[in-house]
Amino acid sequence: MTTALAPTPTQTAQQRRRSTNRARSLGSRSGNTIAGIAAWAIGILFVFPVFYMILTSLHSEVNASTNPPSFFAPLTLQGYKEFFGASSGASPWPPLINSATASIISTILVIVLAIPAAYALSVKPITKWTDAMFFFLSTKMLPAVAGLLPLYIFAKYLGLLDNINYLLILYTAMNLPIAVWMMRSFLADIPVELFEAAAVDGAGLIRTLRSIIVPIISPGIAATALICFIFAWNELLLANTLTSVIAGTAPVFLTSFVTSQGLFLAKVCAAATVVSLPVIIAGFAAQDKLVQGLSLGAVK
Amino acid sequence: MATTTAAPLDARAEAKAAKKAAKKKEPKPSFSQRWLDRQGWSRRIPLLPALVFIIILTQIPFLATLVISFMNWNANYPQDIAFGTLNNYVQVFTDAALRSSVFFTIVLTVTVVIVSLALGLGISLLLNRSFFGRGIVRTFMITPFLIVPVAAALLWKHAIYNPVYGLLNGILTWLGGPQPDWITDFPRLAIEVQLIWYWTPFMTLILLAGLQSRPGDVLEAANVDGANAWQTFTNITMPHMRRYLELGGLLGSIYVVQTFDSVFVMTAGSLGTANLPYTVYETLYSAQDYGLASAQGVVVVIFSIAIATFLLRTVSTLFEES
Repeated sequence: MTTALAPTPTQTAQQRRRSTNRARSLGSRSGNTIAGIAAWAIGILFVFPVFYMILTSLHSEVNASTNPPSFFAPLTLQGYKEFFGASSGASPWPPLINSATASIISTILVIVLAIPAAYALSVKPITKWTDAMFFFLSTKMLPAVAGLLPLYIFAKYLGLLDNINYLLILYTAMNLPIAVWMMRSFLADIPVELFEAAAVDGAGLIRTLRSIIVPIISPGIAATALICFIFAWNELLLANTLTSVIAGTAPVFLTSFVTSQGLFLAKVCAAATVVSLPVIIAGFAAQDKLVQGLSLGAVK
Repeated sequence: MATTTAAPLDARAEAKAAKKAAKKKEPKPSFSQRWLDRQGWSRRIPLLPALVFIIILTQIPFLATLVISFMNWNANYPQDIAFGTLNNYVQVFTDAALRSSVFFTIVLTVTVVIVSLALGLGISLLLNRSFFGRGIVRTFMITPFLIVPVAAALLWKHAIYNPVYGLLNGILTWLGGPQPDWITDFPRLAIEVQLIWYWTPFMTLILLAGLQSRPGDVLEAANVDGANAWQTFTNITMPHMRRYLELGGLLGSIYVVQTFDSVFVMTAGSLGTANLPYTVYETLYSAQDYGLASAQGVVVVIFSIAIATFLLRTVSTLFEES
């Protein structure tokens, strides 16, 4: 879908730049000032809960729970110390490590499976490649609850419940369609001449993948990997059903904060901040490709 | 879903017709010839690992769900396992609590998607203009989407909606207003607002990408011809944006239908807020009624197929243009 808007990638970029410049120049100057003020107001409104979360996480429990809120209370790291088990002794590290394991390894598996698949769907396409593309897409629309029960029963009888390896295999399947669609759109941008030259020089599939495709689309691979990482890190339904004490992930650990426990708001906010931090970093790193990933490659 | 493929499109139909014409000259290769065709296999092999993987982990479990949905199977009564019953489906559609969860799933999805789309359109139109700090505002707008969904639901539940120390009631104290218990008094609205906050950035991003892909020459021509901002908006921007609105709406629906985290965290399905995914989870986890949980899962899938059929058509339109 990368080239949905223009015949070649370079042209797409140029045209888009030109069109935005024109679109910008269409608004009058005073109109832009009003629009700017409105945009700032709305932007602040949307980001404020996140700002408030971080601010509260840096307050003491007493200052965090006042009504009205004490925005200017002194800052402290007590909430973070409590989250990391200063007094309760419950360490969030095992769940954080489980989440990292499941997200990182599933992302690597996704990329390893998606690159050859995307190759077979764009560079040297199979005859019914569009059907295959839409098959991948349709599996993404199958809700997780559709297969949850058999996956649970299967795990229960084979002793795979509370096993992080089982979860990461499922995350791989969950993210594979997105990766295939994104990867195909990156591969389709590579000029055909490069592959022809490689074929003339006698390069096989593995050689072509390693020496031509991977170096060229490495920014695309990075963006795809970051998006798959975010989806795997965020996942709760499968993790909550299939894991508990040993293999519980960070979102499962967060569910222990669902019921109020006295003065604990700073600790909750610290927990939410720490668990969201990898996603925030990955999200900003992949900012430009975020839309493409979320729309399964349909919008660039 | 395995059988849902894109609706035939003009472009593809034409390509097919051309292929047919070409094929008439040569005899069609038989199945065995195609099966043994080495070149075909060298093309297919790179695809196979991904394809086999996805079939084993998504299609087969769904088929199992379908089979179990016609079974009488409750883990608490292991003696009574039997196949060949429609009771689970009868229960899905007659039980008042389940009907309410079907109803709330629809209400939640429609409300969240429509409101986020409308807000997203307005915000993307603002962000498409040039003003001081445009990049910063765009970053602000993306941020809610980068909070882990469980964390976002916890944040809203404890830091914003809490009746004693929540931010909303804190602001109301300043204004001298009442102190409602938001989640207890307005449980559905509380979940909807949190989800709208989470999904509006998503819609904004997709619609902004759409706005920036408007053809520059057409906009310029409209400007030269003396079209005012409103005329440009209704005659050029909106027709161009239709596909992006569809895409955002449909993708949003697919994701919002599957909402689990917010319901689980904010109300645990009480106060009439149990949607279908949460209900399936509870039937499976607490009631251990595998047959009923499967039937509920199948109903969710039917909903999704209805949305997905339209989504696939939209995506394939965008796809065929490339």
